[in-house]
Amino acid sequence: MKKRGVCLCLSVLILAVALLSTGCGKKEYEDTITVFNYGMYIDPDVLDQFTEETGIKVNYEEAPTPEELYTKYKAGSIDYDLLCTSDYMLEKLIEEGEFAELNMADMENTQYIDDRYWNFAKSFDPENKYTVPYFWGTVGILYDTTKVHGPIDSWDVLFNGEYAGEFIMQNSMRDAYMVALRYLGYSMNTENTAELDEAQQLLLAQKDDVQAYLVDEARDEVVAGNATMTVIYSGDGYLGMEYNENLDFALPKEGTNVWMDSWGITADSKHKESAMKLLNFLCREDIAWKNFEYVGYSSPIDQVNEKMDDAQKANKALCPPEEDTESAEVYKNLSAETTAYMNDLWKELKAE
Amino acid sequence: MNKRTWLSFPYVLWIIGFTVIPLIVIFRYAFTTGDGGFTLENILTIFDPIHFKALVFSLEIAVGCTLICIILSYPLVLAMRRLKMGKSGVALFIIILPMWMNSILRIMAWQMILSPNGILNLILEKLGMKPLSIANTATAIMIGVVYDYLPYMILPVYNAVAEINEDIIEAAKDLGAGSITTFFKVILPLSMPGLLSGIVMVFVPSMTSFVVSDVLGGGKLQLVGNIIEQEFTKSANWNLGSGLSVFLMVFVMISMAFTLKNDVDGKESTVW
Repeated sequence: MKKRGVCLCLSVLILAVALLSTGCGKKEYEDTITVFNYGMYIDPDVLDQFTEETGIKVNYEEAPTPEELYTKYKAGSIDYDLLCTSDYMLEKLIEEGEFAELNMADMENTQYIDDRYWNFAKSFDPENKYTVPYFWGTVGILYDTTKVHGPIDSWDVLFNGEYAGEFIMQNSMRDAYMVALRYLGYSMNTENTAELDEAQQLLLAQKDDVQAYLVDEARDEVVAGNATMTVIYSGDGYLGMEYNENLDFALPKEGTNVWMDSWGITADSKHKESAMKLLNFLCREDIAWKNFEYVGYSSPIDQVNEKMDDAQKANKALCPPEEDTESAEVYKNLSAETTAYMNDLWKELKAE
Repeated sequence: MNKRTWLSFPYVLWIIGFTVIPLIVIFRYAFTTGDGGFTLENILTIFDPIHFKALVFSLEIAVGCTLICIILSYPLVLAMRRLKMGKSGVALFIIILPMWMNSILRIMAWQMILSPNGILNLILEKLGMKPLSIANTATAIMIGVVYDYLPYMILPVYNAVAEINEDIIEAAKDLGAGSITTFFKVILPLSMPGLLSGIVMVFVPSMTSFVVSDVLGGGKLQLVGNIIEQEFTKSANWNLGSGLSVFLMVFVMISMAFTLKNDVDGKESTVW
């Protein structure tokens, strides 16, 4: 909800700025590009700095989840030049031919992205042709060490009733089913309806124990002590631990989701040069560090990873141990039938 | 007459651009499939058990909210009338004041109040009572909608009650009516136009709301509004979302027509 408010304010602001700037025509820009991203996912200073350095104006738009980003993009009322979204949504957009091919050599700063992340990105962009990695992370459990009795290392704590009414689930379809599917030992990318049904039974039985289904507010509820634990994205987990020293982050042993958000330039963009300039800019050492500090997710840029202090390097949310990322899965774009099936299950779960 | 009709031009333009065209678009989506063929399925999907359940829940919330608002507003309005508080405008001002604040902000304040470690439980704890768990329940949603829409009931009811001539009430009393009889036989019927517009202004938005249930229901309870929102923003099924919207619109129109038909003295209420 918070982000929707921010989003609204931002669109009004953008509108006002657009009206003002076209109305008076006082300031001349080299070019204008429209960028689409998740909320709170870039340091606002970075965009100002970019405009200052290059004279390219940035219109900035936000959406809270991949699905909402996709819908808004597909509605087609705004011509986006550059957009950032998550693995399975990128895969879908690439399949639909929405992205332009990029020549990475033209963007010299992309060389600072370690091979490990380019390989990772191959799961949705097999030839690393369309997208440039931005942030990556995992999904784990953020919990209050003063309130738990016993170790937190398994999704089991969310299903065994031990913490009934004290935990929060992600209010996002794929993440909710991911937890149940991995707990049952299935792939989170399953297209098998029997496995999905089994996950559904588990989640339906769990619902009474769930305190709430939240996305952005989940972290704050645990920080404020309203909930004992929550399923959470690693970056939010890291920031939660910064706010409240009693919190810790766990990656369940049954395996979890490892995800990557990347940038792509739209195939229809009329400002590809400028968009590439921004992409290159985002990969620059100082800018990537600024964004890392603001956003709190793991960066694929070498220098950022080197610059982290020891505490950050030891943090499981920021730098997940390799054995955990190896057992983790990346979301694949599901077939239209499975997506529709899962949508129905999700609706049933939420309505129950 | 003719000379001034051009003045209405901006309004006609407004109505066409922001009411008529969007309605046509919604209806078009509602009656077509993704490929553009005609279908009734999007409308009839309301009878799907999941959607129907959300509809019933929305109805419970809307009816409950309207009733609670009526029960809360009459004593307040009568007190304001008796104390002539409305004249100075202060009392009305205090009621309107919170409406100038963003409603999402106010609902989030309720979230703070009702959450497990919230203000309410803090107070209860200080008083040595057991904490309540209202957050993320239907009760929380009900509190939210009542709080949000109560002013829309108070204002029209107050306007209607304030207009009742004191002589009529005194005449009723002279003829031996007690205060309860006076209320039901005189004040209530005479304030009916205000009450009806209050009902419309509370029932309709609480029936179609989705923000309150989203924030105070913790994503565990769904009103029809939430399902429509989800169809549009997440599932990208605009046809189904439009179909449900059209059903809801017609449903609300019918129930409003039914309410307004009972308008006793046929006086136009302020909304319609």
